[in-house]
Amino acid sequence: MKVILIDDEPLARSIIKEYLQYHPEMELVAECSDGFEGVKAIQQFQPDMIFLDIQMPKINGFEMLELIEDPPAVIFTTAFDEYAIKAFESHAVDYLLKPFSKDRFDKAISKWSQSTRQGSKEKLLPLLDSASKSPSEQQRVVVKLSGKIRIIPVEDIHYLEAADDYVKIHTREGSFLKNKTMGHFENVLNINQFVRTHRSYIVNVTEITRIDPYEKDNHLAILKTGARVPVSKTGYVKLKSVLGL
Amino acid sequence: MARSPLSVSRFRNIFFGWWIAWAFLHTLLIIGYDYPFNAALVDSLITNGLLMGACGIISNILRYYLPYSNRYVYVFVLCLIFSLIVNALGKFLIILTLTDLAYAQYIPFLSNAYWLRLGFAFLMIGCMAVICVLWYTQEEEQENRQRKNDAEKLSRDAELYKLRQQLQPHFLFNSLNSISALIGSNPIQARNMIHQLSDFLRTTLRKEEEQWVKMEEELQSLELYLDIEKVRFGHRLSTVIKKDENSLQMLIPPMLLQPVVENAIKFGLYDTTDAVTIFISVLTENDALKVIVQNPFDPETASPRHGTGFGLNSVKRRLYLLFARTDLVETQARDNVFTTTINIPKHESYTN
Repeated sequence: MKVILIDDEPLARSIIKEYLQYHPEMELVAECSDGFEGVKAIQQFQPDMIFLDIQMPKINGFEMLELIEDPPAVIFTTAFDEYAIKAFESHAVDYLLKPFSKDRFDKAISKWSQSTRQGSKEKLLPLLDSASKSPSEQQRVVVKLSGKIRIIPVEDIHYLEAADDYVKIHTREGSFLKNKTMGHFENVLNINQFVRTHRSYIVNVTEITRIDPYEKDNHLAILKTGARVPVSKTGYVKLKSVLGL
Repeated sequence: MARSPLSVSRFRNIFFGWWIAWAFLHTLLIIGYDYPFNAALVDSLITNGLLMGACGIISNILRYYLPYSNRYVYVFVLCLIFSLIVNALGKFLIILTLTDLAYAQYIPFLSNAYWLRLGFAFLMIGCMAVICVLWYTQEEEQENRQRKNDAEKLSRDAELYKLRQQLQPHFLFNSLNSISALIGSNPIQARNMIHQLSDFLRTTLRKEEEQWVKMEEELQSLELYLDIEKVRFGHRLSTVIKKDENSLQMLIPPMLLQPVVENAIKFGLYDTTDAVTIFISVLTENDALKVIVQNPFDPETASPRHGTGFGLNSVKRRLYLLFARTDLVETQARDNVFTTTINIPKHESYTN
């Protein structure tokens, strides 16, 4: 069993290493002190399980998981994070609250080895969805573009466009794909700034310069960049109410 | 409940003195029309006695029911009704008292003067009503002001208490986790960290808001905090503290700097992945304390708005509550360095 440890505090890693000594079947293949190293190590070693801290430099544990295509089983470790703990509890994912005892640690390991890998992954996706609803996560979106990780502040988003199983995020610096649904972004983004104008479009209203009629019943929102975003009949009603027209 | 103006002895004396004077004048006036002294006295005592009673009642009514502004028409109507009652009752009592034939011409005189008497009664009662409305309005306003002051003081105290008690569970649990790890590998350091953590917690709990502390003391507890954080983050965190000798003896509200430094650490450590150095300098400028805290940050990912967070807001709020000024905390982000400057005006009781 290959295991990776991701935590920014050396002492927090050392205690897990110490507890792991009592589980010789688990082989610690990598130790990472932030999410970037974590993404790399997971791709390189394909571990069976990771211990993952939530609050870490640059990108947090949840954001890191979003960047991994086929995430391994996860045991979360955190000291205190109301939102995360709520998310864990509602999705029955195992987590360790620091400081945790060896007994508690052993319990988490045996729980994990009993459950199949499949099961824990099924729980992971809805967990990530609800975890990213915590206030700090609404301010940025983490994406990966040809191996490089980008952190996009939501103010920089011009508009979002549905693209099959992905959402295309259009910003000043180009567009990025994110493996999420339009519904997810509609829920997570500030509704007073981001309006779903169309089944396949969410637009940042601060970027709009004008709204033109287009064919019958439809409109086009013209952005500062010149981009043209379709506005459906119902989308136009929503847009007008947000703009106070 | 507002005090009645008649409960103040000075006003009570004026009130009774006023009616005695009027009763006297009234008697003299009627004697001047060549009516018998007895009739004049009876008329005067009954009329002025009734008016005085009516004024007392009006004052009490307004005490419990003060009309809203622009509804003074009710007071007007009330005064009119009271004047009519006083007049009718007065006439009835006078007729009842002056049964002797000698006073026979006095009754028509009474009837002739009806409008004059009514006007006089209305003026008297109206005057009393106006005085009472003014009195009670002012009384109510004073009460409101007092209540508002009390409420403000209460909420201020509560808020200060809460801000001070932000024990940062994240910091606490992570420190405990570090200690737990050290117990296995380095028991001596673990014990040392327990002492540091206890000392730090004690300083956060002990300090009273009113009791300003010397900068020297504040820096000591800050260093405790930084030492704990350094154990947690290992080689990634280092600090440089510069202080001028004068500033060490100056006073500062307790635990004011801790959230600022905490913010700097969070900002520095969670927005970059490199080693982080936090600069703290303490100096005096025009008799006031100036504290500058600097931390590196990554402008690419951290919009400064996002980074200021709870810590700095609480400091701003505290300084506002203490000095009623909003310009004491300045922040600046330049060349990957985030600078927080805090100005602490001289404490009034500094000389004590």
